[in-house]
Amino acid sequence: MMPDNDGAHESANAAGSDAGEQQLQEHFDRTIAHDQRIEPRDWMPEAYRRTLVRQIAQHAHSEIIGMQPEGEWITRAPSLRRKAILFAKVQDEAGHGLYLYSAAETLGADRADLTERLIEGRQKYSSIFNYPTMNFADVGVIGWFVDGAAICNQVPLCRSSYGPYARAMVRICKEESFHQRQGYELLMTMMRGTEAQRRMVQDAVDRWWWPSLMMFGPPDGDSPNTAKSMAWHIKRHSNDELRQRFVDMTVPQAEKLGVVLPDPQLRWNEERGHHDFGTPDWSELKRVISGDGPCNAQRMTRRRAAHEDGAWVREAASAYAAKQAAGVAEQQQQEGRAA
Amino acid sequence: MKGERREWPLYEVFIRGKRGLNHVHVGSLHAADERMALTHARDLYTRRNEGVSIWVVRSDAITASTPDEKDPFFAPSGDKVYRHPTFYDIPEDVPHI
Repeated sequence: MMPDNDGAHESANAAGSDAGEQQLQEHFDRTIAHDQRIEPRDWMPEAYRRTLVRQIAQHAHSEIIGMQPEGEWITRAPSLRRKAILFAKVQDEAGHGLYLYSAAETLGADRADLTERLIEGRQKYSSIFNYPTMNFADVGVIGWFVDGAAICNQVPLCRSSYGPYARAMVRICKEESFHQRQGYELLMTMMRGTEAQRRMVQDAVDRWWWPSLMMFGPPDGDSPNTAKSMAWHIKRHSNDELRQRFVDMTVPQAEKLGVVLPDPQLRWNEERGHHDFGTPDWSELKRVISGDGPCNAQRMTRRRAAHEDGAWVREAASAYAAKQAAGVAEQQQQEGRAA
Repeated sequence: MKGERREWPLYEVFIRGKRGLNHVHVGSLHAADERMALTHARDLYTRRNEGVSIWVVRSDAITASTPDEKDPFFAPSGDKVYRHPTFYDIPEDVPHI
């Protein structure tokens, strides 16, 4: 074909696909406007796909890294009961990560590539997992605050516009409820114990309260992606709305437990029908997100080591599968010859 | 780690929640072979007695219709209203029909 013809062909094609793309875009917009779900093989704007892959991958990474702070306490849990509970919870976190990676893959993401991006620090995970777990009460407070905040975040995501993401969130939310309740129950048990145990609980509350509020992300004025995500029905509420919901939900639980939330500005505002509360240290959030939190390096080192230490298992399984497949092929060949 | 980009294949997982129900698609996972896919599916999707039976099938073995709702593929059933019971006018006083 002549180069000229080639060019003409291309531009005609581009004009045709522009009109086609506009139609597809309109169909997509209508689906979103009618609050229907987008499914994996539907046409979707590239930016929608990119945003989802980034959000779902980040969410999946958070679940996987989230195994570490509590996992450290499995061998040191004070009773067999607590050990079994903690083990089940950490196993759930792994499961949540896998549901989410599976959802990301329906968008064309590649699993090995996502793992690589995490390990090389090119994709982020939740800032909260870069804080250390100093004593066993931290396990309880993580269940209560961190999983409580996760529930606030995730319940609306069950109605997210992308089908596989929403369905993964339904599964996850069912399981998070156990996580939050085991944490609160653990703390109630400690609060019924000695004075030293009560101090441990209060200390953990003091350390985890502000980082938990930061889990909802920067304030709305400083969250450039929120508007777009809400227009696409990926997100249903803004960061500040969810943060407020978490505070309102947690205050009465703290009272019941008998601990003090470390915020002198925290009080009920009759007029708003919500609690007023202080401002988290946003510079700290920025620092932790950009890699300079107390445990960022440790978490990444651990994740990298787990991946590398598991390499021989993956290789052995592949070799075994290849050998079995070859054995079956050979057997079929022999049967073919015999017949 | 670049060397091991040869990934385990992807499997789709279907679970029968309890006797009397169909298997339902629940998600996917990677595994080296079918047997490992089943074991992983059990660990991942039935940690709380969610199933009594599991099917796994290689994702690349599935043949699917196109996702477009206006696909002419589904057109044959579009204009056959007489396939539905409500198409037929039966007087109110005819019993049990």
